[in-house]
Order: sequence, then structure tokens, then C-alpha cells
Amino acid sequence: MSSRSITDIYQHNERAVIGAGAFAAFLVLWEGFSRGWWAMLFEPLLGESARALAIKPIFISSPTGVAQQAWTMFAVTGEIWPHIAQSGAQLIVGLGAAILIGVPLGLAAGRYRTFSYILDPFLSALNATPQVAFLPLFVMWIGTGFWMRVLIIFLLAVIPITMNALAAVRTVDPRLLKVASSFGASELHTFRTVIAPSALPFILSGMRLAVGRSMIGIIVAELYGSATGIGIMINMAGDSDKVFVGVLVIVIAGLLMSEALRAIERRYDGWRPVIGDNT
Amino acid sequence: MTPKLVAKDVCLEYRQPRTGDRLLALDRINLSVDEGEFVSIVGPSGCGKTTFLSVVDGLLPATSGEIIVDGMSVNKPGPDRAVVFQDASLLPWRTVLTNVCYGLECIGVRASEAQDRAMKFVKMVGLEGFENSYPYELSGGMQQRVNLARALVMDPKVLLMDEPFAALDAQTREYMQEELLRIWEQANKTVLFITHQIDEAIFLSDRVIVFSARPGRVREHVKVDIERPRSLNLKRDPRFHTLEDRIWSLIHDDAFV
Repeated sequence: MSSRSITDIYQHNERAVIGAGAFAAFLVLWEGFSRGWWAMLFEPLLGESARALAIKPIFISSPTGVAQQAWTMFAVTGEIWPHIAQSGAQLIVGLGAAILIGVPLGLAAGRYRTFSYILDPFLSALNATPQVAFLPLFVMWIGTGFWMRVLIIFLLAVIPITMNALAAVRTVDPRLLKVASSFGASELHTFRTVIAPSALPFILSGMRLAVGRSMIGIIVAELYGSATGIGIMINMAGDSDKVFVGVLVIVIAGLLMSEALRAIERRYDGWRPVIGDNT
Repeated sequence: MTPKLVAKDVCLEYRQPRTGDRLLALDRINLSVDEGEFVSIVGPSGCGKTTFLSVVDGLLPATSGEIIVDGMSVNKPGPDRAVVFQDASLLPWRTVLTNVCYGLECIGVRASEAQDRAMKFVKMVGLEGFENSYPYELSGGMQQRVNLARALVMDPKVLLMDEPFAALDAQTREYMQEELLRIWEQANKTVLFITHQIDEAIFLSDRVIVFSARPGRVREHVKVDIERPRSLNLKRDPRFHTLEDRIWSLIHDDAFV
């Protein structure tokens, strides 16, 4: 209907409107600090001390400065693409391996007690150490190349994935497992029809944690003898616009991956009644 | 006539994990159920009724003795027996129809054929129009209908029912008892029914087997000589009350001595 009022439109898009509004306000606030708008605005009120509200762009950059720098790096010189390609490849291999190894390992340890007795000490020990402490060792073992960085990303990501998959199996309703064995379901069929669907939300939240941790992995690992990559680009930037462009790339990559995980959840977990819809 | 289900000297001994003591849960259970017969087991709580059903289903191995279905000794779950569980225990991520298909899937029936067969039983239990609903969208009584259809679709030789109406409210329970008799007459099944409700056992059964308290033993077989089809009015019949009193006193002696 064309006669929909503005309030109607607002109510249908409340989440998007509020979210975008808050973000826009944040950008204006930021731009204002770097251009001295707030200093000018409050000078009549606060006098000299209002100058503290003007911050040199060299420290905090500004939304327009970042946008300009991003345009240059993406479209004019194209210098950022090799960095994205390098870090992206490391992330995909490291995180992908963590998922492919961590999920089955965790599921198996959750299902078979004896196996969990073997895995548990390693997992607990690994979880208690700051994994980046292994970096110098990895450098000694396999040098400072691509695979060293993949290894550190893998190590950071595999822990929450495995631990969540393990815990997920332990939460499966034992009555449903009884149904499966009563109907003579094979072990594989039980995994497919009972364990996997009830474990899915836990496994996905493990992956969500892993995405964040592997971003840390990228930044830290690239400090060691890397020439290209978003992490080293940020570290060597020497100018705040460039740093923010690098951060922006990581933020967008993180958001895309979260969105992909959410899409998986919607596809396979749509049966769940909606909880927490109180505004 | 050879009976459909026979339990021969079935004993079950537990080892208590905490104390390490051995505990006798079932003591030389002997019983048989004829083809098409509806038999209930009643007994005080903790007498091992449900444990016995798990042994019959093959989920728990008997310490000694034998379960014979249609002349064959069994010791693990098989499609000749199907259980209607105490809690509906439906897979929450599956619709009514795909839940009913579950057992067929487990024995490798193709999906399209399984759905055709399942649909017949969805209709029989009166859930036509709900086949695409999820369990959380159904009432407790409707969930138990799905639970029943999921077992019936297997076309088992013996249908095992484990206090299926225990969690329902009193009115729904009575209504479901009547529905169960209607479905049972239509499906023509041999049924072993576990319950702690004496009136439910009498109303449904041809024969009621009374278990004694721990360890579970068969205390008495009580024949229910009341014609079928039965309606809920039967529960006000004097013959019904006589049977009820008799079974109640058997259980009472045991529970409070």
C-alpha cells in the first residue's frame, strides 16, 4: 500500500533504523573530534579547555580520511589486494583446518568417554597456555613462512571449536539417544539424526569464537618476518588512516563470516521457537 | 496357539555404581502375551516395570533368562518390537511426519516410501493437517499421538508402551485411553502396556499382571473378563470396581508391608 505512514515504515525496520542511526552518530562524533567541531561548539561554554576536544587527525584519523585512504588503496594504487589475498589465504586454510579437525574430534570425545580421557589433558593444557607463546617454537620448526602463520591461526581456532563440540554432545537429550537405539539406528545415523542437530548451535558458537581468535592470529603471526598481509600492513602503516583501513578490512571480514554462520543457523536451526523477542 | 511374546525366568542384576553393591531389580519374571492380546503390567513405583520393558526392547541385557518374540530369542532392539516412550521423546527439529518416519529410516526404507506409510498412521492417530507441525507446536496429548504413530508405522509384532499417558492431565489421559482402544482395534496389535494407574490397566487390557515391589516379581495375573468395545462409562461399572479393589489390595499389601 502506498499510504503507509512513516511510523509504519519505522516500525517495520526498527532494528535497521536504530542501528544505522547510532552508527551515523558515531561517525559524526568522530569526524567532529578530528575537525575541531566540538572544540568550536563548546568554546563559549568551556573557554580554553574546550581545545582538548580537538584531536589531531594524525592520532585518530577521521571517517572521511579513512574513506579517502581506502579509496586510494583499493581503487587507485590497488596496494591492499595482495595483503588481503595473503591474509585471506592463511585464514581460510587455518580456520578451515580447525573446523575440519576440531568438530569431529570434539564430537568423538563427547560421545566416547575413553577417547575424551585421551584428549582432555591435551585440550586443557593447550587452553591454559597463551597459544601465541608457541610462536618462537614454530618459527624454529618451520620458519617464518605461510605455514607457520596457518599453524598459529589453526591452534587459536581449534580450541574453542573442539571444546564446544565436545560439550555439545554432552548436552544431547539422553531420551532421544534411547529412541535412536530402540529403533536400531546405526552409530552414523544416530550422529546424523540426533547428535548433529542438537549439537549444531553449540558448534556454531564455537566457530564464532574461533573467527575472533583467528583474527588475532593473523595480526600476531604476521609480525614474524612477513612482508605482505593485513596484519603486517597495519603494523607498518605509520599513519592512522592506513591503520583504520586495515582494521576496517578485518571488521568487514569478521562480519561476513558471522553472517555466513548465521545463515547456516537459519537454514538448519529454523525449527526452534523464538526466544528473547521482548523489546 | 504360540504366544507372541514370552519372558522366561528373566533376572536383572544391577551393580550400583556408587556403593558397588549388587542389586536385584527383576527376579525370575515369567509371562507370555498372546497374539492380539492387550496385557498391562502394574506395580508400585520402583518395582522394575520400566526396566522390564527395556529388557524386552533389548536396550538392557538380562542377567539371565530369555525374551522370545514370535518363537525367536532376542537380545537387542529390532523392528519386531517398537516402543511408545514415556515422554514423547520426539526429535524437536523434525516435523510430525518426519518424526513418524524415523524408525523406517533406521531400517533403511526409502524416504518417499517411508512418508507414504507414515501418512497412513498420522491419519490413524487423528493428526491429519498437522503433519508439517513441529513438536513444540503440539499439545502433550498430540505429541503422544505422534509417539504412538512412530511405533505403529514399524508394524511391530509386539507394541511396547511405557506409561505413555503418565505426563498428561486427567481429562486428556482418559480421552487418550479411549483413543488408544480405537486405534488398537483398528491396528490389531499385540500390546504390552506399563502403567502405575490401576484403572487405566483394567480399562485397556485383557489381562493385568501385578508386579511386586523391589525386586520385581510377577505377583498375580488378573484376567479382565469385560466385553469389548469398551467406553469410558465402564469405569463406573461394578465389575470394574471389583477388579480395581482386588488389584489395589495386591499392590497395597506389598507397598506398605
